[in-house]
Amino acid sequence: MTSLTTTVSNTEIAPRSSLWRHLRHVVSENPVTGVAFLLFAMFVVLAVFGPYLVPFDPLQTDTGPALQSPSAAHWFGTDHLGRDVFSRVVVATRLDLLISVSAVAISFVLGSVMGCFAGYFGGWTDRITGRLVDTIMAFPLFVLAMGIVAAAGNTVENIVYATAIINLPFYARMARAEVSIRRNAGYVQAARLAGNSELRVLFGHIFPNTLPPMMVQISLNMGWAILNAAGLSFIGLGVQPPAPEWGIMVAEGANFIISGEWWLVIFPGLALMLAVFTFNLIGDGLRDLVDPQRRT
Amino acid sequence: MSVPLLDINRLSIDFVTRNGTVRAIDDISLAVGKGETLGIVGESGSGKSVTSYAVMRILDRAGRIAGGSIQYGGVSLHKAKERDLRDIRGREISMIFQNPRAALNPIRRIGQQVADVLIQHSQATRANAREKAIDMLRAVKIRDPEKRYEAYPYELSGGMCQRVVIAIALACKPRLLIADEPTTGLDVTTQKAVMDLIMELTREFNMSTILITHDLGLAAAYCDRLVVMEKGKVIEANGASELFHAPHEAYTRQLLQATPHRDSNVRDLLPDELRKEAISLPAQRTPGNPILSVRHLRKQFGKPGAEGSHLAVKDLSFQIREGESLGLVGESGCGKSTTSAMVMRLLDTSEGEIEFLGEDIAPVQASKFAAHPLRGKLQMVFQDPTDSLNPRWTAAQSIADPLNRLARDMDSKAREQRVVELAGLVGLPINLLNRFPHQLSGGQKARVGIARAIALQPKLLILDEPTAALDVSVQAVVLNLLEDLKHRLGMSYLFISHDLNVVRLLCDRIMVMQNGEVVEEDNASELLDNPKTDYTRSLLAAIPHPPETGKSAERASV
Amino acid sequence: MTAALEKLRKVALRLLQAVPTVFGILVVCFLLTRALPGDPAAYFAGDMADAESIEEVRRTMGLDQSLPMQFVSYLKDLAQGNLGMAISTGQPVTAELANRLPASLELTLGALVLSFLIAVPLGVLAATRPNTWIDHLCRFLVTAGVSLPTFFTGLALMYVFYYLLDWAPAPMGRLDLMFLPPEPITGFLTIDAIIAGDWEVLRAALAQLALPTITLALFTLAPIARMTRAAMLQAIASEFVRTARAAGLSGRRVLVTYAFRNALLPVVTTLGMVFSFVLGANVLVEKVFAWPGIGSFAVEALVVSDYAAVQGFVLSMALLFVALNLLIDVIYTLIDPRVGEEA
Repeated sequence: MTSLTTTVSNTEIAPRSSLWRHLRHVVSENPVTGVAFLLFAMFVVLAVFGPYLVPFDPLQTDTGPALQSPSAAHWFGTDHLGRDVFSRVVVATRLDLLISVSAVAISFVLGSVMGCFAGYFGGWTDRITGRLVDTIMAFPLFVLAMGIVAAAGNTVENIVYATAIINLPFYARMARAEVSIRRNAGYVQAARLAGNSELRVLFGHIFPNTLPPMMVQISLNMGWAILNAAGLSFIGLGVQPPAPEWGIMVAEGANFIISGEWWLVIFPGLALMLAVFTFNLIGDGLRDLVDPQRRT
Repeated sequence: MSVPLLDINRLSIDFVTRNGTVRAIDDISLAVGKGETLGIVGESGSGKSVTSYAVMRILDRAGRIAGGSIQYGGVSLHKAKERDLRDIRGREISMIFQNPRAALNPIRRIGQQVADVLIQHSQATRANAREKAIDMLRAVKIRDPEKRYEAYPYELSGGMCQRVVIAIALACKPRLLIADEPTTGLDVTTQKAVMDLIMELTREFNMSTILITHDLGLAAAYCDRLVVMEKGKVIEANGASELFHAPHEAYTRQLLQATPHRDSNVRDLLPDELRKEAISLPAQRTPGNPILSVRHLRKQFGKPGAEGSHLAVKDLSFQIREGESLGLVGESGCGKSTTSAMVMRLLDTSEGEIEFLGEDIAPVQASKFAAHPLRGKLQMVFQDPTDSLNPRWTAAQSIADPLNRLARDMDSKAREQRVVELAGLVGLPINLLNRFPHQLSGGQKARVGIARAIALQPKLLILDEPTAALDVSVQAVVLNLLEDLKHRLGMSYLFISHDLNVVRLLCDRIMVMQNGEVVEEDNASELLDNPKTDYTRSLLAAIPHPPETGKSAERASV
Repeated sequence: MTAALEKLRKVALRLLQAVPTVFGILVVCFLLTRALPGDPAAYFAGDMADAESIEEVRRTMGLDQSLPMQFVSYLKDLAQGNLGMAISTGQPVTAELANRLPASLELTLGALVLSFLIAVPLGVLAATRPNTWIDHLCRFLVTAGVSLPTFFTGLALMYVFYYLLDWAPAPMGRLDLMFLPPEPITGFLTIDAIIAGDWEVLRAALAQLALPTITLALFTLAPIARMTRAAMLQAIASEFVRTARAAGLSGRRVLVTYAFRNALLPVVTTLGMVFSFVLGANVLVEKVFAWPGIGSFAVEALVVSDYAAVQGFVLSMALLFVALNLLIDVIYTLIDPRVGEEA
């Protein structure tokens, strides 16, 4: 049957590039992505090893004179209780990331499963999911989070659940939209003909193809989740003093800004901003990483 | 030809891409005389559209004219200023695009869109623009133009939208019209109506026309002269009839050959060297016993009588015998896709029997049929080879999918072997098996789709416009491949298409469908030579015929 | 005439669709009041209550009845505008919210107008001039803008413009104590000052308003500019814009009538999200600038565990948000002929 072979040039077999090679390719395509991945790695290292790297115990008071501006001993200065701001900023990474990662993980898993079912099967699954999502979205989300934490109790777990709930609609809606545009795609029909059960078609064929756009959503959402959690602790919900957390540190420093002690606010604020910035930047890189069409 | 209206001389166009500069148009020259209709024909990537964008100077930012000149009536278009171009576009040179619905502003009334052009080029004042726009809508034969003036594009059919686009293009009576695939995606009868309208109006206004198309038959039927392009170069230019009767270049010959027409058989489409190697097809065989009997099939969408409900298929019955190919022909919305989805058990039926290999499979729910023992015997080749492959899977994974799901008795080694064997059957080079769909050409993707469909040795294969998205030369090869496979593997085909010329090549019998019903069914040759119904006759009449049949001469004189 | 009626019908239909949403909000708010950890009666009675007064509260609040019955009485209370008493101030929650709402609205709407005026032209310019400095500026602002915690931006601005430069007045409320507020008519200090013709007060009110508004606007600017740029890019690349260009329409006409009007549709849709952001961020900004709006009221209430006040705040914010969303949808219905047509 070679007679009907078209005039295909005999290029050698294209190797399936390993993830690592692909990562290098993605980074070389777009240097900003490289910077974002580096920053991300830094935050991960700080979150894991932060407490072992810092010069002072973040909770220890009177490590130096109170309200001292940045110096060689205290890089980010000291706060009103004489605690080392640098140590507190670094150690806070773990708590801030932990809250947002777990919140996003919960809402991603729940939201995309709900959205997948709604988009694929339609009918009552779609109606129930839609009603739930619409009800959540009918609130200004940060305000709803405030209400949930106020009602359910002022604890860190409840901050996580509240953040997860207000993020749920994004994943549900996105998964639903991405699944329903693919529901009758040729390859999905073909998968049904190949004997795949409905669930296997949904999670084996359709869902993986929705991952690239979802990845962008996840990373943008991570940034937003961090902002939310920090915002909640800024107004006194969730994390309680003296625990080091960026939002609380900014709140504690706020009283001193009008008298000029800027370092109490600026450093934790910058850390927060940089973390959010990193997640916002990393989105495109992540999408390139999970999208085979970007592989050359 | 004295002084040409449009003279393109040694034009080159570069595109800046991430992988460096690509030359899309390489040193081409062509001219259009006054009142002449020029056809530019080529397959995808030939640069035929880019050429026309360059004439209008609406290349996107990445493209630029790298050399050569474009002269139009004393103006050097290639270096004209944007301000001057604005007076030329729409006033002197107009353009019609494919996909008419997207070519209109979705939130502006169509009449206003016509009026915009008239006002812009001082052909109308604000006071009388409405009236003149309505005249123009009437000229393109839109019924009830006063009322349609207020319509939005989404309220019109594709053919109507294309008429509006034509009205916009011709509103200011330009001297040159460029039509870029103006009928691609429209039904054949609509296609003929739209092409006839363009020709009538351009003749009436004494305009020159450039028709850009992939369809040699269409170009030959309507054009005085033809230019064949390939990969950014002009291969051959000649009078339409001369080019057909005596093509000079091998590429032109191959393109001509690959275009199906009335008298060709499937092997004729192949280039000579492939034809010589092809296996000989068995002479007419008598079909065996019926393997599929469809009786009184019906499909109702929505509740009967409710708003938006629709009876897509009404009381449909037919049979397919072993080794037989049945063609199912109809225009969009006739119910042919619904029928195939029901037979394929991708869609539940409303009523009726589908007896396949002696068992009525209609009562089995579509969502449960994946586990049915007959699943593997009933397979399908899809319309768009790109869309029908999972973008995250390699060719080998796609082909192996049905084996992994349904061939339980095979171990993984046997499956791997079977994939390689299948690749061989469909002529897919084994080294391409590890590629992702976006790394394959259209023809290669079509082969992957076919290999997947035949993996479980089906008895019946539904071919849903399997070549509609392919270039003619690739179509020729794929059609031959399908014909070979049918004989080698003893399959029956249900071939669904809008194109009678293509269906005829593969099918023993043809069924014509309209509004959910079969209007005519007969042996292929009988149906084509002696159509019994008006609808079939109008379908046949709408097919553009190359000049060698002598029909285009008649058409031109009408 | 029939076209106008048709539009009216679509708008009415859209308004009807808000009914289940409002019902959903009421259910959630009701559930939030009942989801309090422990005994809600004890919470509503306050920290100082003894067992007897808790029982009293339980009975008066109807907490001894079944949930559906409680929901009905909750709705009855709402219909009478009764959201309970705010412990912190001793005033009815409804009165507190009504008093403070204008301050919040003035800040929020000011920020929205400001960010719209900057973001839309910025997005359009960036889309029409890709890869120029303005495009880069737009992209930078968009990425930086969504990364900025509002409370941090507010404090940073305060440090620079109040402490370092001394351009801004002390971040203490809506009006410096030196000035007498004008006769409250709209509740918006700036507008009331204009009505009263008191330019000194207007200037002072604007000075107080400047930093919080800019803080909030910086935050909402990003999503609007991002969406405008993306929608405009898409519209410019669309086939109907190509047709318009090929028909020789003037650049202005192509950009405004053909590209921009289409690009506005997705921008208007995004506004819902922007409102959600701005109402949330509003709370933080009010706290930072000691702005006497409903946000800072809620924050104060949270600190002293004044739940009736917090629930009232959540409910009123949600209703405000629904109203804003309805406004968007009505606008959308009016500018997009296709709404409600696709089956």
